[in-house]
Amino acid sequence: MREITIGQYYMADSPIHRLDPRVKLAGTFAFMLTLLFQKNFPAYVIAVLVLFIVVKMSTVPFKFIVRGLKPIAVIILFSIIVNMLFVPGEPLFKFWLFQITREGIVMAIGLSIRLSLLILGASVMTLTTTPNELTDGIEKAFGGLKRLGVPIHEIAMMMSIALRFIPILTEETDRIMKAQMARGADLDSGNLIQKIKSLIPILVPLFVAAIRRAGDLAMAMEAKCYNGSVGRTKMKPLVYQKRDRFAYAIILVYIAVMIGLAVLAPRLGFGF
Amino acid sequence: MSIKLENVSYQYSQNSAARQNTLKNISLEINKGEFVALVGHTGSGKSTLVQHLNGLLTATEGKYYFHGEDVYAEKYNKKMLRSKVGMTFQYPEHQLFESTVLKDVCFGPMNMGLTEEEAIVEAKKALDAVGILEKHYYKSPFELSGGQKRRVAIAGVLAMNPEYFILDEPTAGLDPRGRRKILNLIKKLHEERNMSILLVSHCMEDVAEYADRILVLKKGELVGDGSPKEIFANRVLFEDKGLLVPEAVSFMDELNKSGFCTRRCVYEGTGDKNCFATTVDEAKEVILEMLKKGGWQPSEKGPKAEKTKKAGGRSEKEMRTGEEEAVIMEKGENLS
Repeated sequence: MREITIGQYYMADSPIHRLDPRVKLAGTFAFMLTLLFQKNFPAYVIAVLVLFIVVKMSTVPFKFIVRGLKPIAVIILFSIIVNMLFVPGEPLFKFWLFQITREGIVMAIGLSIRLSLLILGASVMTLTTTPNELTDGIEKAFGGLKRLGVPIHEIAMMMSIALRFIPILTEETDRIMKAQMARGADLDSGNLIQKIKSLIPILVPLFVAAIRRAGDLAMAMEAKCYNGSVGRTKMKPLVYQKRDRFAYAIILVYIAVMIGLAVLAPRLGFGF
Repeated sequence: MSIKLENVSYQYSQNSAARQNTLKNISLEINKGEFVALVGHTGSGKSTLVQHLNGLLTATEGKYYFHGEDVYAEKYNKKMLRSKVGMTFQYPEHQLFESTVLKDVCFGPMNMGLTEEEAIVEAKKALDAVGILEKHYYKSPFELSGGQKRRVAIAGVLAMNPEYFILDEPTAGLDPRGRRKILNLIKKLHEERNMSILLVSHCMEDVAEYADRILVLKKGELVGDGSPKEIFANRVLFEDKGLLVPEAVSFMDELNKSGFCTRRCVYEGTGDKNCFATTVDEAKEVILEMLKKGGWQPSEKGPKAEKTKKAGGRSEKEMRTGEEEAVIMEKGENLS
């Protein structure tokens, strides 16, 4: 449970950390979106390279970022297996009811790279941006929607609170697990049903704790006269700097390259 | 028959926020029937240390022997260890989960392999010991008051009949009456069942009153191990702000500075290494004895003169009653 790094902040003073949160939001969004449309390996190579440079600049240790993949390893593994077994095409070998195809293997590799890159991209953003900055960024970036009646401030606030609660609840889970283990709870052995049953002594206190914490937080916010976005001013309003414009330019170039690749690669025979 | 740690060191993984709570080369032995208190700042590694004792954490270096057996041996039964070394965490009521109080207390014994009937017998015994009345047995644990919840949670561990009982700040966040109840319960377990107790606490008054032996942890190192009188006399241990000596000790220390009594309460390199009064009761005895002897003589010089000035020129006799009042008031504060 301790391995969840999504939503955690890594404190450092790097060019990436100093960027305006809106730039990072836009960058992450562009990174994810362009990946979703890609079906060729050169694009993945470029994405990995860009991610590598950004991580290097952010001074966040690689170990820390890669750890974020652990919790979704199961999902990746599952999609690899499903793709390998069920994608039709030129069969490489067969056993029993299943056959593994060349297309299936290519698809599985492509998908796992894409999934990992998506997660890594998102965790780079949260690792280098404090939840507060993130909320400010979202609120400002989508501020126009407020006129359409979208409660954008409230949504941003909910998101940042949710992110902030991840490490707290992780710690809480760890503590409850230990407390139940001290009472002889066996979490590892037994069949599937026994394992699910053994989660009850952990989940019930965890939910109780989450609700208690939410209530406390709401009370504390009200005590500080929080009443949503109405009449709220910022102590540090977001203003674009020169470096932010520069970053936007790089993002635009990146998008252009990715679109170019998406269009050209299949014609050059790189696609799948 | 003992808990024995040999040169135990522990380090959390690197990214962890609890990086400071490491342990460095700790050796200690707790014998059966002892009442030991573990004190130290927040972040000194107290919780980390006690989690080693029931096998929740495994030392990165060093050995742990329970009743002479190597706990870190491959075949060692950790579940058995956890039933012998019971442990409650801070805010143990947060672990309650069952639909009724009785069922929740049965969780531990049933994990130990007891049948439901046997578990209920043990649970009822434990609930009785912590003073939870029968009418509460079939209530939801979430309906109880904070103090009751905590006692139910303690019963949950007690029902496993541990030989050693570790309590990590069992009185945190309780009102004075709740604190008293828990502490008296622990004392009763120690005296009547000869249970070994390891109490982690920030409250030095409680520690002075209940424990026979105090362990002091500082930045992951064991810096003090001795009787309350030895530990509280050692001024070096209490130089930094995180730890304070019990009020009775600092009170006696002040009296000593003002010349009221001649015996030093705090060891300063020479003289008696023991405090002579660590609890309010002991302080009261000493003061009354001094007063009977006519110990305090006001003079016009030094710190004594200051004291007389503060008293606003009251006569010596009135001063005496003033001191007694102070003692009684302090005692009252502690009890309330």
